[in-house]
Amino acid sequence: MTKTKVKPEEIILSFQTKFPGGITQSRIERRTSGTMKTEFIHLWLHVDKKIFKEVVKHLFTFDPSPHFAVSSGYDLRDTIELVYHFSLFYGTRGDELSLNMTVALPKSDPVIETITDIIPGALIAEQEKQEMLGVKILGIPKDTRVFIADDFPKGIYPWRRDETGPEKLVRNLHEAEK
Amino acid sequence: MKTTSKTTYQIPIGPIHPALKEPVSFTFEIDGERIVNVDVHLGFVHRSIEWAGTKRNLVQLLYLAERICGICSYCHPMALALAVERASSIQVPDRAEYLRVIHAELERIGSHILWAGVAAHEIGFDSVLFLTWQIRETVLDLTEYLTGNRITKGITMIGGVRRDITPEMVPRIHETLQFLKSQMEKLHHVMLDDTTIQLRCRDCGVLTKEDALSLCAVGPTTRASGVRKDVRLDQPYFAFGDLDFDYITPDLLTSEVRGDVYDRIVVRLLEIKQSVDLIEQCLDRMPAGDIVAEPKITALLAALKKVTGEGIGRMEAPRGEVFHYVKLTGSDFPYYWKVRAPTYNNILPWVPMLLGQQIADIPIIAASIDPCMSCTNRVTIVHKSQPSMVDGEQLHRLSIEKTRRLLR
Repeated sequence: MTKTKVKPEEIILSFQTKFPGGITQSRIERRTSGTMKTEFIHLWLHVDKKIFKEVVKHLFTFDPSPHFAVSSGYDLRDTIELVYHFSLFYGTRGDELSLNMTVALPKSDPVIETITDIIPGALIAEQEKQEMLGVKILGIPKDTRVFIADDFPKGIYPWRRDETGPEKLVRNLHEAEK
Repeated sequence: MKTTSKTTYQIPIGPIHPALKEPVSFTFEIDGERIVNVDVHLGFVHRSIEWAGTKRNLVQLLYLAERICGICSYCHPMALALAVERASSIQVPDRAEYLRVIHAELERIGSHILWAGVAAHEIGFDSVLFLTWQIRETVLDLTEYLTGNRITKGITMIGGVRRDITPEMVPRIHETLQFLKSQMEKLHHVMLDDTTIQLRCRDCGVLTKEDALSLCAVGPTTRASGVRKDVRLDQPYFAFGDLDFDYITPDLLTSEVRGDVYDRIVVRLLEIKQSVDLIEQCLDRMPAGDIVAEPKITALLAALKKVTGEGIGRMEAPRGEVFHYVKLTGSDFPYYWKVRAPTYNNILPWVPMLLGQQIADIPIIAASIDPCMSCTNRVTIVHKSQPSMVDGEQLHRLSIEKTRRLLR
């Protein structure tokens, strides 16, 4: 399997051409490490929710097997943002590019499509986002809790920062132990 | 004549080991001796560390991260430090980059040797367990000599490391490395040339390259299936970009990739050698200079308090890529912290590895991805609605009996 490294600028351009207006923000983070100042690149994209899955599919045009590391997610009060972390072009020394894709979901309708049909390894990360943030993953093949115990109250999401967050449970903890 | 219908039965295994972030329980569906289906359950002792992290400042957080895992007690805080350094554009001094490599590789050696012992124990070779853990003891002694601690090392600091390696300490490091080199040949011979180990581990728990790629496996698990993936090389961090080394896949030694348990042993043993070599290179090339960008913790915290941004920290832990993400919003505490330990990604590959295998192979296959496998504490066999208990001892005995049968 041969992988041809594509420059981050070209990746952004390719996305912008294919999905006009779909990439709302992009940032290329260049850093170096070691005494030889070996450069590495982290690419950050903000992607519109509507085209998110198409964007993930488009990754395969750059790398036949993009690696999905994990997805992060946090509550910004009005929206929930998910950050999908991918690595492209691994396998050749120094070529790897980290691609972080942020998708904003409105709090009123936090729904996003699954990517497990394209990348089966994303299952646990998607299950985790459902139970921790209360987002709904459409088409997830295994719709069960993964880290949180089954007897944990329904409708409480540990990573939320609103009334559905875990604060109430935390404050009550010391009282329960008395 | 009375006909009998084939029925399968279920064996739940686990829970689990509290030291892992992902404690694991399996439900196996068994047909005779063969596994026909596997379901994996996680999270039995989820401790909400990510949530707790948002109630601490970034330096306090390092010490919390250190306690995520007892074996990767260096990788987690260091990945967090990398994420914070990138979010806040802190430049790490050159000497610290080398010191960071030395500690990372020392941890890898300790972890891989520990794993080799556990793997041998799973198939009934307890003498190898004692041999390997005796070797590991010297690694722990060296860790204590360099950091002051054997397990939770307390060496990480944002922008560098907390302790230097002075010229007087170097001979002691070389002494341990020489000892390791002399023992490695013995260990290679014991683990790789043994017929019984080959019988138990060859073509057992196979993970194909396609599965490894699609299920996003990481670390020695994916490299043993022939995937060239190693963050140290793919995207060099610390001083790895300056050092001379290459991807380790099993074909380097056996000239083929089968993706089985044996290949995972090969990869880990070769990586121990590689780590010893990397530490030697570091000692030779390490430049003089500072070991931390900002030695005053209060000044560091005051600077970090003003940072708004996000960053990722990735490093190759002994079991694979460890991934941390932080979001900072100009406050004392991080707004959000995500921890992704390597086993998180190596859970799903367990399924194809275990399908079609025998019950007695469960311990060695489960151990082959290197989770903390004292997980297999208690097993219930539910057969025709009559549950009977099988504890870890009995499961372990089944595994030993299989080895004994092969020895005859």
